[in-house]
Amino acid sequence: MVRVRQCKGILQKQEHLLWYFGVKEAMGKYILKRILIAIPVLVGITIIDYTIMCLAGSPLEMLQGPRVSEAAVEAKRIALGLDQPILVQYFVWLGELLQGNLGYSMKSFQPVSGMIGSHIGPTLLLMGVSLLVSLLLAVPAGIYSAIRQYSKGDYAVVTASFLGSSVPGFFLSLLLIYVFTVKLGWLPSSGMTTLGTQSGAADVARHMVMPVTVLAFSMAGSNIRYIRSAMLEILQQDYLRTARAKGIGRFRVINKHALRNALVPIITVIGMEIPMLFGGAVIIEQVFSWPGLGLMTMSAISNRDFPVIMGVCLLSAIVVLVANLVTDILYALVDPTIQLD
Amino acid sequence: MMLREIDRKFHEKGVPGRGQETNIGSESYLQTVSRRFRRHHLAAVSLIVLAVIVGAAILAPFIAPYDPNAIAGPFAEGPSKEFWLGTDQIGRDVLSRLLYATRVSLLVGVMATLISTVIGVLLGLVAGYFGGIADMIIMRFTDMVMSFPYILLVLVAAAVFKPGMWNIIWILGFVDWPGIARLVRGNVLNLRETNFVKGNIVAGMPLRHILFSEILPNTVAPILVYATSVLALSILDEAALSFLGQGVQPPASSLGNMLNGAQSLTVLTTQPWLWIPPGLLIVVVVMAINFIGDALRDALDPNSRR
Repeated sequence: MVRVRQCKGILQKQEHLLWYFGVKEAMGKYILKRILIAIPVLVGITIIDYTIMCLAGSPLEMLQGPRVSEAAVEAKRIALGLDQPILVQYFVWLGELLQGNLGYSMKSFQPVSGMIGSHIGPTLLLMGVSLLVSLLLAVPAGIYSAIRQYSKGDYAVVTASFLGSSVPGFFLSLLLIYVFTVKLGWLPSSGMTTLGTQSGAADVARHMVMPVTVLAFSMAGSNIRYIRSAMLEILQQDYLRTARAKGIGRFRVINKHALRNALVPIITVIGMEIPMLFGGAVIIEQVFSWPGLGLMTMSAISNRDFPVIMGVCLLSAIVVLVANLVTDILYALVDPTIQLD
Repeated sequence: MMLREIDRKFHEKGVPGRGQETNIGSESYLQTVSRRFRRHHLAAVSLIVLAVIVGAAILAPFIAPYDPNAIAGPFAEGPSKEFWLGTDQIGRDVLSRLLYATRVSLLVGVMATLISTVIGVLLGLVAGYFGGIADMIIMRFTDMVMSFPYILLVLVAAAVFKPGMWNIIWILGFVDWPGIARLVRGNVLNLRETNFVKGNIVAGMPLRHILFSEILPNTVAPILVYATSVLALSILDEAALSFLGQGVQPPASSLGNMLNGAQSLTVLTTQPWLWIPPGLLIVVVVMAINFIGDALRDALDPNSRR
């Protein structure tokens, strides 16, 4: 349990150490507990994942046709292990999974882990930059809006944030492509690099402008309102009233006392964004032909290539679980008043 | 606006209650809510806009100038007196299709929201009221569903169950509930400790009465607010799915699948009348719902003193 730090006389050092180890122990227990809760959730996720994929239908459907004999289909079925009971298939798959083997694509016969590995880079780049841009927009805007509550600026920011969370990403993408690619010809609308040229960082950056704008705009929409309301709550706290009463000036009150406490909502926002980025990127990557996981997943979905879909789903579910775990731990680190039981 | 300013000044001077309107005591709950709601001008305007759009969607069979699936004129012609929003590649009237599309999109949104609200409320009530093992199982299941990136789950499900309007409704309904379940569970946990619920338990009231007549009405306001955001999200998701060709299937039109054509360069560059109106309509509808939800949150807030 986190105790208020007390430093008194000779005992000061010991007390301090006691406090430190006490916190460390509590934190260790807390982290362990969170991980233990996450494990059954993870197992459940693999079961849901596998069930959905089994409902998806057999990949053999893709093979069937007038020129493929029944015997060949049957041979393929046995080769893929599809003649086993579902439970056995699940455990075979799970065993392989524990060895880091996500299976092979039904379409290209490449290992799924390798396919994910080669597509994850562009997605991480796109996600990372979008998250950064959205935070750079949302944090100052949200704080400004909270400090100037009910001002004209506040209304403008909140209205813009509603616009951000109401515009479908694909429609905004189409509008941007229409204006900046079709009409003005300023920006490339598809891919990550220009074909046939030496791809430099500047070229990639040019390709990123529009997808990042779309992702950051829609994320900033909900983030601004979240940070604004969290900040409004902080501004009403007693310790800020005390700080104001001491007469240390508005600027210092906000920058020194309020902003430090605003870290908690900002961490929450980042934690919430990571799963959304994973999903949101699917559509945006499709529209801009960004060669990442989303594009790969979409083509896997239309090909019914279920080892690939399952791999991506599992990976993203794990990312979400880890993101939630890290958010909870960061909470505990940033906010010493939080209860760790 | 004026009232709020005066209100604030009174509050800042530390005279609680003085800034409130004098008739507050004689006001019914609904009157208070409606007065607080109307203070949000954007929400009041949104309500009117939404009412017009919903009205047009419901009356589509009567006001649509043409049959939405019939070839009524020349191929891919721009807006004219005869066809206000032009015609699509096979000569169907865009305005008529837009009216029917709004109908489909709103229906998908409302039905999906209803389904997910019912599921979420039931699971949340059970988890919050009974606690223990039921709570643990339900909440872990909620965690599992929430761990999948939402749109990925919907896309996979749409690929598994053949795309189509009713399948989309069920899929969205079955994916959207975890937020509501958590919200209801949290509220029930608080309400269970209140004296009026304890009183009911002591009085030996039947469980059904406690759950649905005592606890549920006290948590309706946050559910309603949350449901508006689910509605907005469902409409956006239906649009995204249909845009990707995994949602409502042609010849039926939905706001999303009318934008599907814009993936081709010809439509995107030379026939903007085909994709800009449905896109704008999605933005207007979703934004109106979001504004209304925001104003409702404020108007239904029991701690608000204004």
